[in-house]
Amino acid sequence: MWKTRFGALLLLIIGAGVGYFIYASEPKLHEGKTVYGQAFSEKFPFKLGLDLSGGVQLLYKADVSSVKPTEVKAAMDSLRDVIERRINTFGVSEPIVQIEEKGGITGPVEERLIVELPGITDVKRAVEMIGQTPKLEFMTERSKAELEAYNNAVEKFKADQAAGKPLVIPAELLAGPYVPTELNGRFLERAVLEFDATTREPIVSIVFNNEGSDLFAKITKENIGKTVAIYLDRDLGNSEPISAPVVREAIVGGKAQITGQFTAAEAKTLVGRLNSGALPVDKLELLSTQTISAPLGAKALAAGITAALWGLVIVAGFLILWYRLPGVVATVALAIYVVLMLALFKFFHITMTSAGIAGFILSIGMAVDANILIFERTKEELRKGHGVHDAVREGFDRAWTSIRDSNISSIITAIILFWFGTSLIKGFALTFGLGVIVSMFSAITISRVLLFALPFKGHGSIVRALFGSGFFKLK
Amino acid sequence: MFIVKYRKFFFALSALVIGLSFFAMLTKGFNAGIDFKGGSIIEVSYEARPDFENLKQALDGAGFADARVQMAGDKDVMVKTRSLSEADRQALTTALSLGGTLQMEEKRFSSIGPTIGKELRSKAWLAIVMVILGIVLFIAYAFRHVSEPISSWKYGAITTFTLLHDIIVPAGVFVWLGKEVDTLFVVALLSIMGVSVHDTIVVFDRIRENLKLKISNDFMTTVGTSLRQTFTRSINTSLTVMIVLATLFFFGPASTKDFSLILWIGIAIGTYSSVFIASPLLVELEKRQNRG
Repeated sequence: MWKTRFGALLLLIIGAGVGYFIYASEPKLHEGKTVYGQAFSEKFPFKLGLDLSGGVQLLYKADVSSVKPTEVKAAMDSLRDVIERRINTFGVSEPIVQIEEKGGITGPVEERLIVELPGITDVKRAVEMIGQTPKLEFMTERSKAELEAYNNAVEKFKADQAAGKPLVIPAELLAGPYVPTELNGRFLERAVLEFDATTREPIVSIVFNNEGSDLFAKITKENIGKTVAIYLDRDLGNSEPISAPVVREAIVGGKAQITGQFTAAEAKTLVGRLNSGALPVDKLELLSTQTISAPLGAKALAAGITAALWGLVIVAGFLILWYRLPGVVATVALAIYVVLMLALFKFFHITMTSAGIAGFILSIGMAVDANILIFERTKEELRKGHGVHDAVREGFDRAWTSIRDSNISSIITAIILFWFGTSLIKGFALTFGLGVIVSMFSAITISRVLLFALPFKGHGSIVRALFGSGFFKLK
Repeated sequence: MFIVKYRKFFFALSALVIGLSFFAMLTKGFNAGIDFKGGSIIEVSYEARPDFENLKQALDGAGFADARVQMAGDKDVMVKTRSLSEADRQALTTALSLGGTLQMEEKRFSSIGPTIGKELRSKAWLAIVMVILGIVLFIAYAFRHVSEPISSWKYGAITTFTLLHDIIVPAGVFVWLGKEVDTLFVVALLSIMGVSVHDTIVVFDRIRENLKLKISNDFMTTVGTSLRQTFTRSINTSLTVMIVLATLFFFGPASTKDFSLILWIGIAIGTYSSVFIASPLLVELEKRQNRG
């Protein structure tokens, strides 16, 4: 008996502790005043989905048709890095850039990129920033004859221009002094700004991936003493290379340095452009856009909280009125269930969405079910003339198979829903599934320990009144 | 128990309601939301809202002749149209602000490409089939030791029938109301299935236990007693779930209103079917089996 009471006390203390943790972690709950343990608990804020915080969600399809199948994953990983870098210039607090492989079961495999920008509603800028696919190309000089022809064409063009003659643009001029190589931004791993140790001159270091290193070694070997031009968005009309360093020696190992007459600021811009130019897929196609304004999200959040609170209050009222003393116990167990769930959301950074809140609210209703099953069963046993203690024990034992089997079916549903998952549904499935599991624990452990800890024995009239239910009187 | 005795009446009632649901689906058809058919929706809030006619004219002029305009509240306007690119979206917002002459706030915008819509549609069907399959297999497994007087797979079959019953009726009601069928609608249907099975299992579990205890030689009496024993629980559980769903409907976010409504209907139907349909069906199957 005392052991059970000690257990019950411990559960209540833990419940209260978790409750306090939630209280301390949300500044809004204590009106901004500093409370004990705030610094620690605030490290675990609720993670709000876009529909509650407001923001933009963009879903892209990445065209990877020219990437080798074995390298698709690597390409997508670096695509994510590139997009993340671009987004960071937005100054968004917690952007999410996710890659997702779709299909297999429902269609051909497709590589997707999900970008979520909380708090941003300027879709136009976001789309421009992400959607532009700057193309970085490495080009080598034309053959001597062709280069001569090009130079002659340039001379002639300039002369004609000076003389005021009608301008004819020859084919050589259009073709430019460089020829494309296989090497492009797809093979660039990153560019970094460095400074020469002795001269303090800025240096732009570039690092290629394995395949890029081989290509670069080949190109430099064949072009010693010549220039290699780096173009950005040549097909968008940028006819001048961003840099055309002279190759001094064949470079193996995939690292190259661009030095030249540039200031630190210019070098920094170049690094930025090189990095952003290294989009490792062919094309990004915008599949869907979702924007929710911040006030609308805040309204949805407030409404969700109000609904959850009202749900709790009414259910607690119903439980206490109908089931009396066990109802009070069930209400305490429900309260512990709620704080446990909230703590789990915080600890595992589970994203809260309006669908997630709906799942949570639904799970509150379901959490009570196990208690109802147990109490109805207990009442039957009491009717048979058992003492309270035995009746409660029987009630728990006999209700268990029902609770187990019915909850397993809910868990099956939650798992399939999670798999079905767009982020909206995943939120629902996760809170609902987690709720079912945690509620099973709270109903059979917390309610049980608390009920056994109560100081009632036998079946006197007071006990019968306390454990009775509804409008019925236990005989 | 009277429920078992007058089971034919309840069977007829359900058959009628299911018939009506199918009739609604066939005649009215599903009103697919943009996430299932692709398209876009924009919701804006004006300082001073223009007339419907003016808006429609502006939209026609900007190439959105197909757009459906809906006034909401005092200041808000919702427009549904085809799936839009970023440039299209800008054209749309310009048109909605009557060329930038009106102050407005863009509250919500979603555009879903046709590929995503198609993908979600096939996934939704797949999910429904998988949930049913998973549940049937689980029930057949959970009741594998129960073979007298009727075999365990029949429990599974009846559960499946009840499941379908419980999603067809709310779906029919939704079609009847002309509500939009979107991803959340499917989630609601799947959750209804989970809860419906929950209810049916509790009753079946009691029948399973009472069969083991051999409380009566008559199967019909056993089922009737089990029903009576679980009746309060069925009602009370559904009541609590329906209470929380009602709070979600009345106080919750606008985006989950329809969701809570359909769940509410589904839970009500699910409780009805587990008490008035599933167990009486067991008795019916047993009677037929004995007869011939």
